[in-house]
Amino acid sequence: MRTPLFIFWQFVVAAALFGLFRYIGNDYVFFAGYTVLEFIVLATAWNILGGYCGYVNFGSAGFFALGAYSTIFLYTVGQQADDIFPESMAQVTGLIFPLPLPVLIVFGGMVAGLVGLGMGYLTLRLRGVFFAIGTLALAVVLQTFIVNWSFVGGSRGAYVIPPNEIAVLGPYIQYLFLLMLLLVVVALTTARLIERSRLGYGFATIRDDELAAEACGVPTLRLKLIATVLSGALMGMAGAPFPFYIGYVEPGSAFDLSYAVNSIAMPMIGGTTMWAGPMIGAILLGTLQQLATVTISSAANLLIVGLLLIGFVIVAPNGIVGLWQKWIGSRWKS
Amino acid sequence: MDFNLLINAIIAGLMLGAFYAAVTAGISISFGMLDIVNIAHPAFILLGSYIAYIVNVELGVDPIIVSILVLPAFYLLGGAVYQIYYLSFEKYGQESLRGLAFFFGLLFVTEVCLLLIFGVDYRSVTAIYMGPSLRFWQLEFPLRLLVPALASVAMFLGLQVYLSRTFIGRAVMAVSQDPMALRLMAVDPTRIKRIAFGMSIATASMAGAFLIIIQPVIPSVGRDYIGRIFAICVLGGLGSLPGTLIAALLLGVIESITSVFYGPSWSPAVSFGLLLLTLAVRPSGLLGR
Repeated sequence: MRTPLFIFWQFVVAAALFGLFRYIGNDYVFFAGYTVLEFIVLATAWNILGGYCGYVNFGSAGFFALGAYSTIFLYTVGQQADDIFPESMAQVTGLIFPLPLPVLIVFGGMVAGLVGLGMGYLTLRLRGVFFAIGTLALAVVLQTFIVNWSFVGGSRGAYVIPPNEIAVLGPYIQYLFLLMLLLVVVALTTARLIERSRLGYGFATIRDDELAAEACGVPTLRLKLIATVLSGALMGMAGAPFPFYIGYVEPGSAFDLSYAVNSIAMPMIGGTTMWAGPMIGAILLGTLQQLATVTISSAANLLIVGLLLIGFVIVAPNGIVGLWQKWIGSRWKS
Repeated sequence: MDFNLLINAIIAGLMLGAFYAAVTAGISISFGMLDIVNIAHPAFILLGSYIAYIVNVELGVDPIIVSILVLPAFYLLGGAVYQIYYLSFEKYGQESLRGLAFFFGLLFVTEVCLLLIFGVDYRSVTAIYMGPSLRFWQLEFPLRLLVPALASVAMFLGLQVYLSRTFIGRAVMAVSQDPMALRLMAVDPTRIKRIAFGMSIATASMAGAFLIIIQPVIPSVGRDYIGRIFAICVLGGLGSLPGTLIAALLLGVIESITSVFYGPSWSPAVSFGLLLLTLAVRPSGLLGR
């Protein structure tokens, strides 16, 4: 399928989904759906670096929180614009703030992407394991900074008051849901484009044998940096609307380790070799978690994710997509 | 800067550092020597803490004695984990991505299980050395830090002597350098690795007991130690136990000084910042090969 057609079909599916949810007409569906969509973006973003290049990022929560906190930062600046900027700029600031959410999302993506670049430059020259540990370290360093930075709320947390209603759509959550749907389209299209381009083949050579790739003239460091920036930026973009979704953000919830474990588990369970893998994993696990949270408890749903992750990496290393491809393959033969 | 405060901060840091050395010993073996990135190590340490806690509360046995008694169980647990890891990943050369995910999952599952069993309340143990502290002139040695610190150093020295003097120990050192050569000496590298991984998990039992003596624990406290132990391990130089000890003491002192003079909320950033700095400037660590 050509890319424009692929994008078209994505929009068709997205529109159908949105229409269905509107038809159900219950705001809870949008709240739950938003979380699942958020996980699709996170999982796809993780997979760009983890699945295609084979570099494990444990710091998804850090990148996610970067997006969330850049939103809070700009929001707080907007709230206190009169105190921060000189009197003469009141007219300008009055025009700029409050910034529309799409701008915040792009900004969050840029911040997270830049941090990803710096982080990658520090650790990607070493063996893959060091990158993994470094990302873990990054998340904690960032959390410590946020806890000690009172402008964005510190350890107290910060309130963001989302508008109740929005023009045309009605409830604000529907607007958030729609934005997240758009992000999903962006993420999936990016992943699929990478898969089919020179970039994707470059990533695959890194994953399979980095030394050989380097020897053949593949610019491995540059490719890895590209992957880190893309992946980090998408995670930041997924995190940017989070304050408006939740209304109150504190470091513990934004840096929650469950983001890290989910964004690893979902691609691993879905399959890391194809763009559809993370999406399948995220839809399955995300829905399962929503159900488990409502029916059992939120601690239990993390247990389920952990057990599924362990089970899948041992039994089905290529995830659901891998199982499916194997099944098709065996049917073809017989 | 108050001189007295500084000296006491350094002493506290040294004792804390000795404890960090015990916590890191296991990672030094598994990550440094066997190349197994066991990020679930803190979870095993917490398991040790909670076992010490149960026995201490139910029977009143000293936590350190409990941890020594359960050493064999932890050793077997480690062997079993390694066997799963070997059969599922290492055998096929897939340890990098999936092995990491496996241990990450293990970390999570253990933590959530502890959470479901013990809840989120802080748990602590009782022992005769919890309250009092020794005093020389102006210098304070709280026994609840001093006892684990001395026990850590003893454990660490024992480990170092074992690894450098016995056949198995030397084989463990060798397996990190050249498994093929080891095979030519008629030693099964997998068996040696299993033994070594068992030992690394066994140290977690003792480290867990020290941990719960030093501070009350909740299941999520293990996360704070992930960065710390890897920072120490990398800073000390992979596979070097003396380097680990030096790095642990260094980190303990820096953390203690930071927390005394700048506030405890900054201390997590110290270890991680140090880790990032080491990775950027000198990835082979202080005493690395």
